[in-house]
Amino acid sequence: MCWCGSNIASTVDLDRVQKAVEKLTNVVHVEQNKYTCSEPGQAQIVAGIREHNLDRVVVAACSPRMHEKTFQRTVAKAGLNPYLLEIANIREHCSWVHTSVEEATPKAIDLLRAAVAKVIRNTPLTTSTIPVEKRALVIGGGIAGIQAALDIADAGHQVVLVEKEPTIGGRMAQLDKTFPTLDCSACILTPKMVDAAQHPKIRLLTYAEIEEVGGYIGNFEVTIRKKARSVNEDVCTGCGICWSKCPSKAPNEFDCGLGERKAIYIPFPQAVPNKPVIDRENCRYFTKGKCGVCKKVCPAGAVDFEQEDELLRERFGAIVVATGYELFDHSVYGEYGYGKYPDVITGLEFERLINASGPTGGKLKRPSDGKIPKTVVFVKCVGSRDEAKGFPYCSRTCCMYTAKQAILLREKMPEAEAYVFYMDVRTPGKGYEEFYTRATEEFGVNYLRGRVARIYPKGDQLVVRGEDTLVGAQVEIEADLVVLATAMVARRDAAELAQRIGFSYDQYHFFTEAHPKLRPVETNTAGVFLAGACQGPKDIPDTVAQASAAAVKVAMLFSRDELETNPMVATVDEGTCSGCEWCKPTCPYGAIDIKTIEERVGKRTVSRRVATVNTGLCQGCGACTVACRSGAMNLKGFTNEQILAEVEAICL
Amino acid sequence: MAVVNLTEIVRNRKEFIDEVEKHGGKNVNSCYQCGKCSAGCPVSYAMDYQPRQVMRMVQLGMKDKVLSTSTIWLCAHCMTCTTRCPREVDIAGVMEALRMICRKENRPIRERKVPLFHDLFLDIIRKGGRQHEFQLAARYKIATGNLFQDVDLGRRMFFQGKLRLFGPKVKGAESVRKIFEKCKELEGDVQ
Repeated sequence: MCWCGSNIASTVDLDRVQKAVEKLTNVVHVEQNKYTCSEPGQAQIVAGIREHNLDRVVVAACSPRMHEKTFQRTVAKAGLNPYLLEIANIREHCSWVHTSVEEATPKAIDLLRAAVAKVIRNTPLTTSTIPVEKRALVIGGGIAGIQAALDIADAGHQVVLVEKEPTIGGRMAQLDKTFPTLDCSACILTPKMVDAAQHPKIRLLTYAEIEEVGGYIGNFEVTIRKKARSVNEDVCTGCGICWSKCPSKAPNEFDCGLGERKAIYIPFPQAVPNKPVIDRENCRYFTKGKCGVCKKVCPAGAVDFEQEDELLRERFGAIVVATGYELFDHSVYGEYGYGKYPDVITGLEFERLINASGPTGGKLKRPSDGKIPKTVVFVKCVGSRDEAKGFPYCSRTCCMYTAKQAILLREKMPEAEAYVFYMDVRTPGKGYEEFYTRATEEFGVNYLRGRVARIYPKGDQLVVRGEDTLVGAQVEIEADLVVLATAMVARRDAAELAQRIGFSYDQYHFFTEAHPKLRPVETNTAGVFLAGACQGPKDIPDTVAQASAAAVKVAMLFSRDELETNPMVATVDEGTCSGCEWCKPTCPYGAIDIKTIEERVGKRTVSRRVATVNTGLCQGCGACTVACRSGAMNLKGFTNEQILAEVEAICL
Repeated sequence: MAVVNLTEIVRNRKEFIDEVEKHGGKNVNSCYQCGKCSAGCPVSYAMDYQPRQVMRMVQLGMKDKVLSTSTIWLCAHCMTCTTRCPREVDIAGVMEALRMICRKENRPIRERKVPLFHDLFLDIIRKGGRQHEFQLAARYKIATGNLFQDVDLGRRMFFQGKLRLFGPKVKGAESVRKIFEKCKELEGDVQ
């Protein structure tokens, strides 16, 4: 029994507990330590086992999530099977949640009685091993996916990088400059894109999506749908004649619809791979059956109208999910014009409008009439920190990118005035606060503290009405262009992807890490890791750091040839299994299958259907044991008999 | 501006906030001072404190100060602030609650004409079962002493048939009176 300093000892009278526990049947020896997890504390357990010839051990201390592994190793050192140990959690479940010694002490005795009742029914369990397929799948070809793929590949492992758009690069490719250094986004991203394309260990699958994921850590089986590009990638040289001759136009998604592209296109000049794709919905050949100009002009004969979606089945040992984010749709804000004023744009649209490869060639012109704006108002927290119309969370990047955009505006067009409506300025990053200070001091950006109440048209301008809460007065600005820092939100199909792979996501559909502090890149599904904004709003430095962290986790996994499995898995007693198959749909991991066994009944041999557990897939959650009507399903280490013994010990 | 000693005020603020919320002001503690309410308020120009500042005073428990503002009386209850609030605070409801507390405790009222108008408005309905605009205007003008203000507007409204000299005949006047009695029984008389 551990004091945990004063954490337990101050609320639980351990001497009284000791007296009560010593009287229990099967209890041979009881002792106390100030810190059982310390080396002397562990040595005491080993000595106790040897001296008293113990074959079961109960440690009454903190949660098994803290030190179960530690004490399993301790008892193993004394020659016991590690699964002959039980933890009675008298800290989180007892001393920390009670204030009165009189209440906590009897509860601690109950918890110990239950643990003793269980441990005498524990059986030795042994782990088995499964092989590891040393190939990684990275889903999403933005900066997170590219970085993760490069790092895994540099560690010497094969990587398949899947991107659903025709090119890798993601959101970062759409940005103009990056904070706080103001280096050009494309200039630092494109070398990485090229590295990823040319790395001998990386295989790019662009214009492809994940169709199905099966299997488990070390042995995932993934079906990838390679969408029909209508262009033979192996033959195409990327010469560009096809898209220069194509007669059909469509809004360019890469420019947020502000510019146009052809029906056969590459999204932007530095696209990787530099191979076009035909947008069949807008292509004259596919809609009207006539045209085929691209096919006629292609010198390599790469255009293939008959190409079909291709399904690839691949095996992977680990998956990195790096699917990124989307922007909040501000059309829910009636007071900001329901998203209908052409000169009220999002931050990402602003990036395209000042980018040299954008629809205006880098000259800031407003979308409605192409006029050069003289007054630009930036509005922060649109959709963020707003549970009424958007989401309560902070999107983390907007403070900095708004400061950056205001600086870029003042730098390019010093005669233009910049206003920023803010609630708080959050700059927790290296060099971030200094950057914001430069915006106000060096570049003369006007920061106004307050949320904008209304934007309405007046002539060809937009009136922005807010309160300067520091003055305590309503203020109005007649603006030519309004830029909304819309929230970062999870991708529309994020939940669907998480369900397909089998890991959890939060109420906003961001993917959930296994532990918010100590396991930030793992999911709670072994072998699946997270990188970038799919896990939560994130800027580029944090995204890259997380991507490299995920890559290290994958490399760690691949440093072993075999994995030890968790022995606490479900097992079927085939004798009592009635083959009702009720357990099968209950299993969240798809670990239960049905097999046919043959058995002799009297003189005849009959075949019967029974459940069987794939121990590689089973995570030991126990859902099947509850669903099982005949009691044939049992979880090793947590058998029905053990659980009932615990219940009895507490209740009787 | 005088220094506000918060020591005692903050200690008792829970009591005050509970009182405000009991009278219908929702989610006072959620306010994060963004100012969207004040920015959109059509009456803000006439107020001595912005609606946002009123919210802050309530959060801190500055009961005496907040109940002496003109803001709580000038609020027209148009609900623009409540509709736009990103934190789902019922700002207009808070204003209403503050007015009720002020009257229940018989505190001095900053904008005396506002409750006067409300009282006359309700009195006419109580007695006659329906509003009678001519009587309301006349009684309000006499009570405030501004006899000749709005005369021109009144004349035009009269000739367009918008102001009738005699009050309407109402069938359910007795039922309306009972509603007032029931309210008085439940809430007490605040007039």
